[in-house]
Amino acid sequence: MSSYAPSVSACPACVAAPAAETIAALRADKTAGLVLSLPTAHCAVCISDVERSLSAMPGVQSARVNLTQKRVSVVAENSVTADQLVSRLGAIGYPAHELDPGLLSVTETDRHGRDLLMRLGVAGFAMMNIMLLSIAVWSGAEAATRDLFHWISAAIALPTLAFSGQPFFASAWASLRARRLGMDVPISLALILASSISLYETFEGGRHAYFDAAVSLCFFLLAGRYLDYRSRAAARSAAEELAALEVPRATRFADGLESVVAVAELAVGDIIRVRPGARMPVDGIITDGESEIDRSLLTGETLPVTAAPGGLVSAGEVNLTGPLTVRVTAAGRDSSLHRMADLVAIAESAKTRYTSLADRMARAYSPAVHLLALGSFSVWLYLTGDLRLAANIAAAVLIITCPCALALAVPAVVTAASGKLFRKGLLIKDGTALERLAEVDTVVFDKTGTLTMGALEPVGLAHHDKADLRVAAALAGSSAHPLSRAMAKALDAAGIVPADVHSIREVPGSGIEGVWRNVVTRLGRAEWVGAEPVEGTATYFTLGDAPARAFAFTDQPRPGAEAAVAALAAAGTRIVLLSGDAEMPVARLARDLGIAEWRSGQRPEEKSALITEMQAQGRRVLMVGDGLNDTAALASAHVSISPASALDAARTASDIVLLGQDLSPLSDALRIAGQTRRRIKQNFALSIGYNIVAVPIALLGLATPLIAALAMSASSITVSLNALRLR
Amino acid sequence: MEMLVYLIPVSLFLGGIGLVAFLWALRHRQYDDPDGDGQRILRKDWDDHPKP
Repeated sequence: MSSYAPSVSACPACVAAPAAETIAALRADKTAGLVLSLPTAHCAVCISDVERSLSAMPGVQSARVNLTQKRVSVVAENSVTADQLVSRLGAIGYPAHELDPGLLSVTETDRHGRDLLMRLGVAGFAMMNIMLLSIAVWSGAEAATRDLFHWISAAIALPTLAFSGQPFFASAWASLRARRLGMDVPISLALILASSISLYETFEGGRHAYFDAAVSLCFFLLAGRYLDYRSRAAARSAAEELAALEVPRATRFADGLESVVAVAELAVGDIIRVRPGARMPVDGIITDGESEIDRSLLTGETLPVTAAPGGLVSAGEVNLTGPLTVRVTAAGRDSSLHRMADLVAIAESAKTRYTSLADRMARAYSPAVHLLALGSFSVWLYLTGDLRLAANIAAAVLIITCPCALALAVPAVVTAASGKLFRKGLLIKDGTALERLAEVDTVVFDKTGTLTMGALEPVGLAHHDKADLRVAAALAGSSAHPLSRAMAKALDAAGIVPADVHSIREVPGSGIEGVWRNVVTRLGRAEWVGAEPVEGTATYFTLGDAPARAFAFTDQPRPGAEAAVAALAAAGTRIVLLSGDAEMPVARLARDLGIAEWRSGQRPEEKSALITEMQAQGRRVLMVGDGLNDTAALASAHVSISPASALDAARTASDIVLLGQDLSPLSDALRIAGQTRRRIKQNFALSIGYNIVAVPIALLGLATPLIAALAMSASSITVSLNALRLR
Repeated sequence: MEMLVYLIPVSLFLGGIGLVAFLWALRHRQYDDPDGDGQRILRKDWDDHPKP
């Protein structure tokens, strides 16, 4: 979560100015809603702290915490970015992340969910009123009284069914038009048949009316539908997200003139300028200028690489320290960023559509139910020749076999499990993710940003002289280079006040130079500073004639990474570490965490290919990753998890988002997923068992509305209670 | 049994009030954040003066 500000010290203002104007023009002065995830909020004090500090920020109009969803919604002017809000919250001790707008539409502005809830409420109201009247009928109301009660029931039930049953009718109609037999066809048939036969019986003054059964059926099914809806998220395509990373404009250099053009207009051979802090719009070769390039998004390398004339750059990389002139070798569709987007699109489409347990069940269930109802109708018609009796029995069969418990069996368990995992800090984006997670036998980790924090931190600062540190802080504070920024942040946190260094200038590709008390001081690369390089990542510092000293950096492992890996290994899961980083840091991390199988220097397509290969061997792979280079791998894995700090595209491609910093909920997730799968199967067994008992009663024509109502409620409630047993 | 003439409309009316209350609560987003609403009453922020 970082944005690279253009570093003014090294970049002529003229290079930055046109781009800044374009950005300002793009952002009209309107307000926008931002939503941040707030995994640690839990009490009234948290609400007050967060709301007060955010509301005090300039440009913020309102902030409201939602404790149930652990989120804060902010209405602010467009000039306020999510990064500013996140850092403000970080400063007062609440880690926060921006959430994908696509993910939010599910719970924030969910007209659909509200609509379902309203239908559910109406069905519940009608069900209770009709049940009251039905109890009188069951307990022996006769003749005129019974008929009156049936009429009142009909008056309540028919409008209710017409309103509350709409989701089922609509989806049944849609599936019939597509010539399929979905779960909603028998449901709609049961609702329509039961209410029309009951209406006919009421006209004729008959003994049995199934209004109560029809409405309570509708109620339970809507409850299942609502839970199902809540656990399913709108899945946006990750490939679209990647394309959004492309830079829309570039500065073209032709005939000695600079002009800002759309990237689409660039052709191979054009010369463009890329200012510091900007993303490469195309693939190309550097013709002029020296700088450093941050490739971490594309390759997972933590360290910036030096860029000099003759060097190759790829679209999506970030230019850090100096302006570069680049000759275009591939633009638009052919650029490496676009190739990556294509790779993700292929992986997404190739991912075999997972058929959930419920779908598999429904596929066998619907035809069986129809055949059973039709069979009982024809047999009774043949035996007795009584159309009214045969229709009554067929309706009873449809009502009793109606997949009430079946429709609740999966959503109730998934809702209980998602709630449990949410409290542990995991956001389930896809309802079937838990079922897929339960099958996992191999876990593939990415290194940078996943097993590690993805941010380099200076170590052993306390061993250095305080005066040196003050000078270093002044130098580091004036650069946008990742190492400088990490150093400035760490020194600031340690309470070191920057010294009064003047004439600071940044030498692209080398470091920062300044003058302190008439002595020249430098912070940067070993050869430029004149120091002996040490092993690992470090930056070097000299002050006058004093010997150069090294500040070492490491990428800290994520908290809980070791525990998670140990727990997974103990459960017999195969663990693989795939990283785009160099061999040494990968090997060291693998050794520290106890991962036996690791590969370094992996390109995005290699990662994805390796996962596809493992799956071809019959393995079920869980991919945990965060970078652009992991996106294809995340999309091709059986199930995928990404931390909330990951890139939008990676979060979109993954099924589960890890909200907190800690990795240890990972093993809990696998355990709970296993339980979820067992509970779902138990629930199926329960509802099938109930059908085995109840269906013969209906077939024999012994079913009464009372039996139907009892059996239906009993099975639905057992299934829901079983779901709540999840630990 | 004549009582039914009064009792049934009364019971339907009372149930209807419940339904209307539910629809009102749903439309006014009363179910969006049950945990937060429970915690918010414990705050001291607006004890001295109402929220502007």
